[in-house]
Amino acid sequence: MIEVERVSKYFGPIPAVREVTFRVNPGEILGFLGPNGAGKTTTMRILTGFYPPTGGSVRVAGLDVFENSLAVRKKIGYLPENVPLYGEMTVRDFLFFAADIKGVGKAKRNEDVGRVMEVCRIEAVAGRYIKKLSKGFRQRVGLAQALVGDPEVLILDEPTIGLDPRQINEIRSLIRSFAGEKTVILSTHILPEASMTCQRVVIINQGVVVAEDTPENLGARLSGGRRIKARIEGPADQVLAALKRLSGVRAVTSGDGAGSYLLEVEEEIRPQLAAAVCKSGWDLYEMVQVSATLEDVFLNLVTEEKTEVQDHA
Amino acid sequence: MRNFWTIFKRELRVYFTSPIAYAIMVIFLVAAGYFFYNSLAYYSLLSFQAMRNPYLENLNLVDMVLSPLFGNISVVMLLMVPVLTMRLWSEEKKSGTLELLFSYPVRDIEVLLGKYCAALAVFMIMVGLTGFYQLVLWALGQSAPGVALSGYLGMLLLGAAFIALGVFVSSLTENQIVAAAVSFGVLLLFWVIGWSASTVEAPLGRVFEYLSLVKHLVNFAKGVIDTADVVYYLVMIFFFLFLTMRSLESKRWRG
Repeated sequence: MIEVERVSKYFGPIPAVREVTFRVNPGEILGFLGPNGAGKTTTMRILTGFYPPTGGSVRVAGLDVFENSLAVRKKIGYLPENVPLYGEMTVRDFLFFAADIKGVGKAKRNEDVGRVMEVCRIEAVAGRYIKKLSKGFRQRVGLAQALVGDPEVLILDEPTIGLDPRQINEIRSLIRSFAGEKTVILSTHILPEASMTCQRVVIINQGVVVAEDTPENLGARLSGGRRIKARIEGPADQVLAALKRLSGVRAVTSGDGAGSYLLEVEEEIRPQLAAAVCKSGWDLYEMVQVSATLEDVFLNLVTEEKTEVQDHA
Repeated sequence: MRNFWTIFKRELRVYFTSPIAYAIMVIFLVAAGYFFYNSLAYYSLLSFQAMRNPYLENLNLVDMVLSPLFGNISVVMLLMVPVLTMRLWSEEKKSGTLELLFSYPVRDIEVLLGKYCAALAVFMIMVGLTGFYQLVLWALGQSAPGVALSGYLGMLLLGAAFIALGVFVSSLTENQIVAAAVSFGVLLLFWVIGWSASTVEAPLGRVFEYLSLVKHLVNFAKGVIDTADVVYYLVMIFFFLFLTMRSLESKRWRG
């Protein structure tokens, strides 16, 4: 549905996005993940045709966003970062304006605006001026204007930023409910958000795509198996040797010296570990299995990139 | 065309749901009313004297009241138009709604013309309200409808050119105060550039004189519609609207 081919954008000599390539399939929810300033917003602006790319091409439903800008924009619902809205209009007037400009047509306009207000639950504030609304309502009005006209593609730039936890959950479940019927790109710098809402994640850092996969695969890829963190009190060299002897242990590293150890293991060995520690008469204070989260993948990728850049310099 | 109307209606509505239009109109009408009253009062005073003084025979309404009225109104416009146009792009740039607006399936030119015509509509309503003065003159048995119509056509063209310039300047900055100040400065420059005509050497002096916004209004205010003047204003309007289009485009390339 969305094909981004080697897209670059330079502001003067400064690259904001370099050779970004990814695809979004119809009905898929794609998370666009990266730290602040990674080039997420720039990429989104290129997708909506607001910025022409310096190089590369973007196609939405087979149409180039630069050549067929108007046709593409008809298919897109966009929620810009920080939700800029016309504060001096009431919610209903603003949504009517959005419907008019998206060409919804007089006959269907009432119905369509009613539908999005219901979906986003903003009927209660329909007659209020947007500038008087709370952040949560503004966000929902922003989402509502993106949904007006029932576009096939939704581009949402940080849709949950600045909301309280309950509102975040509401927005996330709303977005999840689009799965299958709309193609969604959602940018965020919050990792759990991507793993909770999205079917696939593209990680971008310093303008370059550093990874692209499902949240689960990305987690598995990094951890390369299980890890166990244990805190054992006993003579350090003996403990280390005993741990290494256990079958199924690939490697052991001693932690900060306060009796903590990190084991890379191939299978579940926690019962054997506990038994071995007890048999030797040492004390076992703590034992947890750590699995790599998206957070680890992310930090790992982002740090890798940083060292690489420093090497070049 | 449909999008043009949507933008036009929204912009016009913003003018009238915010205090902008009312503030500008009230100040404008008070100032214009004062000018009108003053020149009319002076005219009637001289008319009484003329009955006793044969040298004042050539006294007439157009020279004494109408021409100065249009001249004075245009000075007030010089101050008011920048305030009218300053928000058109600057506000949207600052609040970020410009990005939202251009994510909708709407052409740049439709947005530009919608905004431009909304400002022009406010201007026309404002100047149109001074039509009341013509009724006063008519009631006094002193009307000169031909000159009045030509004068209003001149005002319309002048205002349209002012607004085109203001719209362009507003597209250059996200700060409304800067937009207003620069528009005012540039308009003032176009206003007084004709003064150099007599001090600068011939070819350049003629150019300065031709560029002067005032000079072209003088004929209209006297009841003379010269195509050269009409063309001058139309060229100004198209030139600045064209520059605005380029400014919007370049903004996107540069980010």
